[in-house]
Amino acid sequence: MSDLTKLTIKQAHEGLKNGDFTSVDLTRAYLENIKKSDLNTFITVTEELAVQQAIRADERIALSKAEGQNFPLLCGIPCAIKDNILIDDIKCTAASKILENYIAPYDATVIQKLKAEGAVFLGKTNLDDSAMGASGETSIFGATKNPHNKTRVPGGTSSGSVAAVAAGEAAYALGSDTGGSIRQPASFCGIVGLSPTYGAVSRYGLIAHASSLDQIGPITKNIEDCEIVFEAISGKDKMDATSVKLNSDELQTTNYKLQTLRIGVPKEYFAKGLEPEVEKIIRGAIKKAETAGAKIIEISLPSTEYALPCYYIIGPSEISANLARLDGIRYGLSENGKALLDVYLKSKGHGFGPEIKRRIMLGTYSLSSGYYDAYYKKAQEVRQLVRQDFEKAFSKVDLLFCPVSPFPAFKLGEKLDDPLSMYLADIYTIPLKLAGLPGLSMPAGKTQDGLPVGLQIIGNHFEENKILAIAEELEKLL
Amino acid sequence: MISKEEVEKIAKLARLELTAQEIEKMQKDLSEILDYFDLLKTAPKVKIEKPAVAKASAGGARIDEVLPRDIKTAEKLINAAPDKKDGYIKVKTIL
Repeated sequence: MSDLTKLTIKQAHEGLKNGDFTSVDLTRAYLENIKKSDLNTFITVTEELAVQQAIRADERIALSKAEGQNFPLLCGIPCAIKDNILIDDIKCTAASKILENYIAPYDATVIQKLKAEGAVFLGKTNLDDSAMGASGETSIFGATKNPHNKTRVPGGTSSGSVAAVAAGEAAYALGSDTGGSIRQPASFCGIVGLSPTYGAVSRYGLIAHASSLDQIGPITKNIEDCEIVFEAISGKDKMDATSVKLNSDELQTTNYKLQTLRIGVPKEYFAKGLEPEVEKIIRGAIKKAETAGAKIIEISLPSTEYALPCYYIIGPSEISANLARLDGIRYGLSENGKALLDVYLKSKGHGFGPEIKRRIMLGTYSLSSGYYDAYYKKAQEVRQLVRQDFEKAFSKVDLLFCPVSPFPAFKLGEKLDDPLSMYLADIYTIPLKLAGLPGLSMPAGKTQDGLPVGLQIIGNHFEENKILAIAEELEKLL
Repeated sequence: MISKEEVEKIAKLARLELTAQEIEKMQKDLSEILDYFDLLKTAPKVKIEKPAVAKASAGGARIDEVLPRDIKTAEKLINAAPDKKDGYIKVKTIL
């Protein structure tokens, strides 16, 4: 049998349909790769659950075939889930000390949806502690390594999910993206990652980070797989008031082609700080789109330079409020103390990692009396400027093309002690999040050292289908 | 540089216990990051019209109603608490 772990979702689905192999075969092949791996991609491997689910999927497939029916595309396909998304009765740590022993009491909505499709869960993947970071190094379970070069970071925070898919340890994975946590690692590991429009996918059951920014999204081997997974997890959910019903009929029936497309290239994303080798690869991809008939228009997003400080005020402010729930009373690490205040102080003090503490402090500072106007309020104003920039851009162009990251995967340890330089790794992935827009990372080429570089495609709100249709056409050209 | 006292004040507001070493590192890190935030002072002035995510969050509130839930979920939620008695979560004395 050829290597089952190289198959795309569609190919694996066809194989299951034709009876070339079973879901149990597929599942065991991936589990084998996980066992052999030295990348530290998984925190919890749910082998028993996976095999049970695979057996059930095979039964469902057999029944569907007997009845002459189709079965869902994700039925029997093994996937990996970032360890900040709840699967009922499975440990969910967020790679943090404070939730090290936390058992999820229910399924996230995306997990319910995947279960309904007949998905197989291989396990829970590594991430930066509490999904804060840009390198996958701050996990209490140790750093994940980049499958292309084990001395390099895989990017973060969805480090394990991305490295697992890139290394053939899962057919696809779910990650979460607050400031770049799906797209930046996808770029560093040479695969596809989508941060959907704010509201496209329910966050019920996602451990909250910054609520006005968090989104769950697919991490896949190619664009077609990304479409399949996005379709399966998106939609309105009454458990998440920010989720919306996608009115995508018009988007779905339109046949988007590079030939009739206007692509905006934001000049601020090609300014100082972008490594020449990355720029060359991204310009090369844009050139290919132009050759295929797209009109390339240079545009300006003048507020770009404010996006990063704006994000690092709004994000931490929301974090300081959201993480207040981890107080040693309800769940998670609880330290003993004489009075209630002692329990709070000690549980948080011992349970949170350095970056989490830093962000709680920044957020508390920005929201505190005397500093609120200068920081939080100012950041909200700037957020509006960033949004207006994109609004203006999308009145002139259909999509934006730009780099995902100014540099390819950096060395393990390189930025770990310098928080500000770590923050700068997200300089191109953050602005669109402040505007609630969808963004995709797709492989555009490799540096001379063999490190992947991702192209970022940004669309208007709820235009995932447009992004994916164009990306699929471009995928064949790159 | 942000003072030791200021760091301690913020940590107290955040209910966060920090060691002496952590306070010192926090002074340095926060100062550096807050200096970087000064960039925002140069941004043009705007009046906030609506939240940046208004379009996406137009879903609105759901009806306030009791939804049927598995009793086991409630048990699991209580069980996650470190200190509990008779199906209730226990807290320490407040004073």
